Amino acid sequence: MSIISYMEAARQALAEEMRRDKLVWAVGEDLGRGGVFGQYRGLVEEFGPERISDAPISEAAILGASVGAAMMGTRPVVEMRFSDFALCAVDELVNQAAKARFMFGGQTRVPLVVREPIGMWRSSAAQHSQSLESWYAHIPGLVVACPSTPADNKGMLKAAIRCDDPVVYMEHKNLWPLEGEVPEGDHVVPFGVARTVRPGKDITIVSWSAQVHVCARAADVLAGQGIEAELIDLRTLWPWDQQAVLESAARTGRLLVAHEAVQVGGFGAEIAAFVAERLGIKVRRLGAPRAPIGYAPPVEDAVRISETMTVAAVRDMLGK
Amino acid sequence: MAPDPHRSNIDIAHLRDRHRLMWRIRALEQAALRGLDDKVVLGAIHPSIGQEAIAAGVVGALRRDDILLSTHRGHGHTLAKGASSEAMLRELLGRVGGNCGGKGGSMHIADFEVGMLGANGVVGANIVIAAGAAHAIKLKREDKIVCCIFGDGAINRGPFLEGLNWAAVFNLPVLFVCEDNGFAATTRTSSMTAGGGPAVRARAIGLQAEEVDGNDVLAVEDTAQAMIAAIRAGGGPRFLHAKTYRLTGHTGVDTAPYRPADEVAARKLEEPILRAAELLLGAGVPEADIAADRAEAEAEMEAAYAAAIAAPFPGPEEAFRDVQDVGSPALGAF
Repeated sequence: MSIISYMEAARQALAEEMRRDKLVWAVGEDLGRGGVFGQYRGLVEEFGPERISDAPISEAAILGASVGAAMMGTRPVVEMRFSDFALCAVDELVNQAAKARFMFGGQTRVPLVVREPIGMWRSSAAQHSQSLESWYAHIPGLVVACPSTPADNKGMLKAAIRCDDPVVYMEHKNLWPLEGEVPEGDHVVPFGVARTVRPGKDITIVSWSAQVHVCARAADVLAGQGIEAELIDLRTLWPWDQQAVLESAARTGRLLVAHEAVQVGGFGAEIAAFVAERLGIKVRRLGAPRAPIGYAPPVEDAVRISETMTVAAVRDMLGK
Repeated sequence: MAPDPHRSNIDIAHLRDRHRLMWRIRALEQAALRGLDDKVVLGAIHPSIGQEAIAAGVVGALRRDDILLSTHRGHGHTLAKGASSEAMLRELLGRVGGNCGGKGGSMHIADFEVGMLGANGVVGANIVIAAGAAHAIKLKREDKIVCCIFGDGAINRGPFLEGLNWAAVFNLPVLFVCEDNGFAATTRTSSMTAGGGPAVRARAIGLQAEEVDGNDVLAVEDTAQAMIAAIRAGGGPRFLHAKTYRLTGHTGVDTAPYRPADEVAARKLEEPILRAAELLLGAGVPEADIAADRAEAEAEMEAAYAAAIAAPFPGPEEAFRDVQDVGSPALGAF
């Protein structure tokens, strides 16, 4: 084990995969100078400008070219800078990358990873703060990964690069400096296997990405009040670990799904409905209001799902 | 048209070969249109009747291992790249043995065995994908090139700018071909396009661009050959603007009432197969031989059509095959 940051974990994952497989390359704006957040720092020195490639501000070309390059046998890691900007390349991702294998009858694969940093950070306003993971979970053909820890950001990025499906890989901007233990060696985290953050008997809380940490703090508060919440980090939205969630929810009898994204049409609705259909237990969602994210801190915070709100939601579900 | 010096020394055998290929393309599409009437071609098809010289001239100039990306109007390009006519008609009918197992249909026809990386249902979407295919060729140090064909309507989409710029910046081996049939779906492209047109835009992005009479198969081929040679030699992307005319409507069911009959009648006299036949006749090829090219093509497509109709539909299990490796598509439904 070593203690490294969420950002360093991803940097190591990419470097190790690029050493392992010469067909892996990364492309995006400003990669040569280390990427907008520094997550590619030092890589161009080792791998050169062809494999750590700068790109024009042309999201459709960055993603579209990566679709073509993936169909030709390379494994592009595509940097979109912010998930908000990836919306300029939705055709390339949704109509092309996600569909090529199926509509061409299995003649090809599109093994690319699209890194789309998500989430509220600090005063980044309406076009640099969104969490759009549920959009892509809706699209057949795509994998959607939302790592919450340094260990997962290393192991899941490696899994994403080795995956033959197009993977939408959503790192949370607020987690870049988060430090944590990361296993040594070739640490790969398989998709579709949730992580139990803490066990509990009174309620199941399901979350992912940075919201997992908010939920963990809420669970600490609840524990002090005699309520044992089981917290599950879903890790991937597609495929999602239905078995782990069902097993836990059946045991605790209550399910709360908490996410930073807008609640309406969010992935929490899918999980809550899935569990309610099968178990008939009490379910609840806790997501953001359907409002754009503001710049001024009080406006920004007004749509943030806090630890206090999570505690209150759990207590309410337990009739306390 | 100005007299062309290469007319004095036509390679007759080669022109016969192009003439045959153009007839195969036309006969394939006539079979597809018959399939609409027979109610066995169930989805939309976009015929390229009248535009065959571009498929025969450009695609015919590619190597088998070169890469091709096409459009919703891509039957001719696909056949010219070497796809089987029977597999194509099976695909258009949604049958087993189609190029894509019947799961793509006309607008997603692809044959990776012959380097045909797909027609595309989204106008202009293939331009950035083609740039990326060429990017991979460069990364892998291969000597293939990519040919990307799109229509005149595509030049008003963002990927046109982004893809051409990308190919130029990275000096990629791509031949961009604007197959200009004058119509963006059912609207005259000129009425919705500012500026000097495809080649002017390509030159503004720094690409060497040429315009060619797209109904003259030899002129198309000669121009394409020269550009392909330059691209293969590492010269970077080139742009070919080939002007033609779509003799049918936008789709197989579009009667194209938005254009005058005399315009279509005049354009029919300039269509590429007729012009190739006139050249062959002028060079002394017997009329019976020219007619035989057509008859052979029609016989091939007749047999392919019969085979396609006799083929079964794929089963419902195909709905879940080749969706993705990770996660079952049936999870979370029903």
